[in-house]
Amino acid sequence: MMQLPCPYCGVRDEDEFRFGGQSHITRPDLNCSDAEWADYLFCRDNPKGVNFERWLHAFGCGRWFNLARHTVTHEILACYRMGEPKPNVTGGAA
Amino acid sequence: MNGPQAYRLETGGFIERDRPLTFTCNGQRFTGYAGDTLASALLANGVRVVGRSFKYHRPRGILAAGVEETNALFRIDSGVLSVPLVRATMQPLVEGLSATTENAWPSIGFDFGRVLDFTHWLWPAGFYNKTFKWPSWQWYEGLIRRSAGSGRLPAGQDASDYYQHNLHCDVLVVGGGPAGLREALAASRAGSHVVIAELEPRLGGRLRHDGGEIDGMPALQWLERAVAELHHAGQVRVLTSTTVTGYYDHDVLVAVDRSNADDPTRPVERLWKIRAKRVVLASGAIEQPLVFANNDRPGIVLAGAVRRYIAEYAVTVGRSVVVATNNDDAYRTAFALHTAGIQVPAIVDSRAVPAPELTREAAARGLEVIGNAVIVDTTGTHGVREVEVRALSGDGRSLTGASRSIRCDALAMSGGWSPAAHLYSQAGGKLRYDDVQACFVPDRCAARVSVVGAANGDFGRPLAIRALVRTPSGPSNRQWIDFRHDVTAADIELAARENFSAVEHMKRYTTAGMSIDQGKTSNLSAMSLLAEQTGRTIAEVGTTTFRPMYSPVSMGALTAGINGDRYAPRRVMPAQSWHAAHGADFDDYGSWQRPACYPRRGETRDAAIEREVLVTRNAVSLFDGSPLGKIEVKGPDAAEFLNRIYVNNALTLKPGKARYGLMLNENGVIIDDGVFACMAPGHFLVSTTSGGAERIAMWMDEWHQCEWPGLKLVIAPVTTQWAVLTLAGPRARGLLASIDSDIDFSAGAFPHLSFRMGRLAGSPARVQRVSFSGEASFEVSVPALRGESLWEAFMAAGTALGIEPIGVEALMVLRTEKGFLHVGSDTDGTTNPYDVGFGGVVDKKKGDFVGRRSLLRSHDRRPDRRQFIGLEPVSTSDRLVAGSHLMASTGGKRRSEGFVTSACLSPTFGKSIGLGLLERGFTRKGEVVTVFNEGRSFEARVVDPAFYDPAGERMHG
Repeated sequence: MMQLPCPYCGVRDEDEFRFGGQSHITRPDLNCSDAEWADYLFCRDNPKGVNFERWLHAFGCGRWFNLARHTVTHEILACYRMGEPKPNVTGGAA
Repeated sequence: MNGPQAYRLETGGFIERDRPLTFTCNGQRFTGYAGDTLASALLANGVRVVGRSFKYHRPRGILAAGVEETNALFRIDSGVLSVPLVRATMQPLVEGLSATTENAWPSIGFDFGRVLDFTHWLWPAGFYNKTFKWPSWQWYEGLIRRSAGSGRLPAGQDASDYYQHNLHCDVLVVGGGPAGLREALAASRAGSHVVIAELEPRLGGRLRHDGGEIDGMPALQWLERAVAELHHAGQVRVLTSTTVTGYYDHDVLVAVDRSNADDPTRPVERLWKIRAKRVVLASGAIEQPLVFANNDRPGIVLAGAVRRYIAEYAVTVGRSVVVATNNDDAYRTAFALHTAGIQVPAIVDSRAVPAPELTREAAARGLEVIGNAVIVDTTGTHGVREVEVRALSGDGRSLTGASRSIRCDALAMSGGWSPAAHLYSQAGGKLRYDDVQACFVPDRCAARVSVVGAANGDFGRPLAIRALVRTPSGPSNRQWIDFRHDVTAADIELAARENFSAVEHMKRYTTAGMSIDQGKTSNLSAMSLLAEQTGRTIAEVGTTTFRPMYSPVSMGALTAGINGDRYAPRRVMPAQSWHAAHGADFDDYGSWQRPACYPRRGETRDAAIEREVLVTRNAVSLFDGSPLGKIEVKGPDAAEFLNRIYVNNALTLKPGKARYGLMLNENGVIIDDGVFACMAPGHFLVSTTSGGAERIAMWMDEWHQCEWPGLKLVIAPVTTQWAVLTLAGPRARGLLASIDSDIDFSAGAFPHLSFRMGRLAGSPARVQRVSFSGEASFEVSVPALRGESLWEAFMAAGTALGIEPIGVEALMVLRTEKGFLHVGSDTDGTTNPYDVGFGGVVDKKKGDFVGRRSLLRSHDRRPDRRQFIGLEPVSTSDRLVAGSHLMASTGGKRRSEGFVTSACLSPTFGKSIGLGLLERGFTRKGEVVTVFNEGRSFEARVVDPAFYDPAGERMHG
């Protein structure tokens, strides 16, 4: 079970959190094409490597925040608040 | 040696000879000692056949002395426990224990299933994929399944106690043998908080049976001192009879502790969830069998196990034991047997030139060493009695010379050692194949784990192994690779021939390594043979993926008390005790316990529901709606926020007014509905469905925090803070007017879809005119703790008016009669607002809302979408059932064009009515369609869903 860092509460066990999928997705406005809208609805990155993702500290402070996590090793490379820009992280340990 | 325990040596072992125990095995009584395992006690009594193999039902004997045992599986009945598939080597002997073999019929000595062995060529790997197909495979499945299998589920509930603990430490050492003890001592002396876990009941590992010296003193003496130091160290926790079964993310390991299994006052198993800063794996290595024809007979035992039985339990596996080996280690077994006074007719060594010091010692003891030779075959169905030996050719690919038979009653075999690197692999560690030691060893790993000792390929002294995949002769369908699943070399050859050459495919096609032992004594042989068959190196073949659990874990340990009543929280409503006292028939609605109806004495459920519907239509009813989701949204941007969440316009909702709204997801699909009211400027009360209360609050929070953080508002779920009592019916207003209140309930002052706050019967109250039943209806909310007393007040005030309580089922009938949809019943994962007649509201809405863009797609506006309609059977004797398909009655192609989503026998109309979703439904009203359900069809007319009071006069009255 992973330990995840909440920017507000510190490091807590994984089962206090809820996973929220890929982060930094911009919601298109009403004028976008059907293809752009479909991409927003259904297409997500699936990297074998660093993933930038949203998490909710559901059984804690109730805040949403962002993590950079390596999808193979589960190493947590960055933790930052919702709305902050994507940080520059390198690939993480092999 | 004769009589009981004829194979027990007169001296030695760690058993307690002053504590004899009696036990039963397959109906026969035996004696053993405290300190025995079931396996050592059976061997002491000369019991050779301890099980029948999985497929061929061949007699089998004990193969090993530890966790890798794969033949001796019993159902153990001991005290309150009845546990199937227990390995005899892992079961401590206790007084009165009863062991039963469960896959032999009629008895273990004579098993009809053996006929499968006599016809074995008919049942190769995967035979069920190719045969037993005509006329239907289902004819044969039951018989095939019954003849396989190793045990039966016990009847009844598991009444044992289990427990789970969390544990944090600096260092977790897995394995209490010499390498693990060294690591634990070093960490303890450095001041670390240490946990050491050992799956046997005692620390020591190989030190207990391999002798030798450590740090200049005899092994057992060193062990005694190490154990004493660890037990006295303040920061060391020693867990014995504890198997670490899995390595999980971020260095969390799970261990199953059976140290109290014999004490009925303690939990039978504990689960330790251990988070360690550093993990040391000292899990040792597992000896591997040799592969030759009929290598599975009772009496053929791993060589290390043979000397372990002598040293720890003072038991010999036979009186005349041949030793067969491809490495140096098994010589220790030959010498231990000889020292114990057991005859060793020969040491059959596959290496051309065994180590000189070993041959010297063998000669000094008078033991014959046959070098450059292998076992070719064995005889003895219920116990090996003869082995056939031949010489190997120079390259090891064939046999030469004459064969020679040697009589014996047991065979100790060693095919090398394989590190138990399972946990290391689960941690993400990579293995590499070591050609010199002929096994896979740890290579590199990302987690904070190190591997020491035999688990890391350090076997003390070199093995000098000559690795042969198998004896190069003899029918390969009689050479066993996986004893547990009866997989032979022929099955691996078949897999390779049929191109299941990837190791994961070979595993699943043959089932090698898939059983209880998870291939501990078979994976390496299987991979080596697959490599040979497919012309690859073993390194190229690789290993299958290691996953938890290392060995079997009871379900009870994993759920540890979170079952039965404690499986999920159950919620009850504020007036719960009133409901219970008045005959409520409770059902679970989500996690809420709610009255489905209130049957009177002698009344059926259906009759109660019918009565409750009619009292709502004709007088006044009282319904407990407390689980209704309630969310307060407050702030300067509250209206703007709700305007983006709802399909409806929220900006024009004035204080004191309420509006029915739909919420969509971004795909335009309806996810919830409910009434939202404006309590005051910038302050709204949102109602959700009872099932959506938490989900919608989280949904709103997510949009606010992630997408629109600039909007100023708070979202406060208040579902459980308010009891909701709903009065509905033509006499509802009269009843409320008779209660002490500062709210004006008169018709003009309080129209439908209004919201009022004030005091009622001495309590703060919020009242909305919202109707799900189709009658004039008042949802009265008071603080939850006052809910029950207000309920009683309403019931008292309504007695003269004919008030009765109604349950959820009656409300569902009432709303079906009214044609009000129920999200999740009348809508599915595709239903959008157009489909339910909300198109006008969508088109009038200005601005973006969640899901709006999806409604602009052409597919979302197609006229042939499934649309919400009502249904009436043409014949009064037909009944609509939810889930039935709807089809056109005329026209060639019969296909489903929709389905019935809700249905009831309407008390108001005295007939069956229903609601449904039908392609082009809005334009088909009046048409007669066919209703199809489970082979039966009848006709029904498509009508408007609002059966009852379509103009809404009752609701607005």
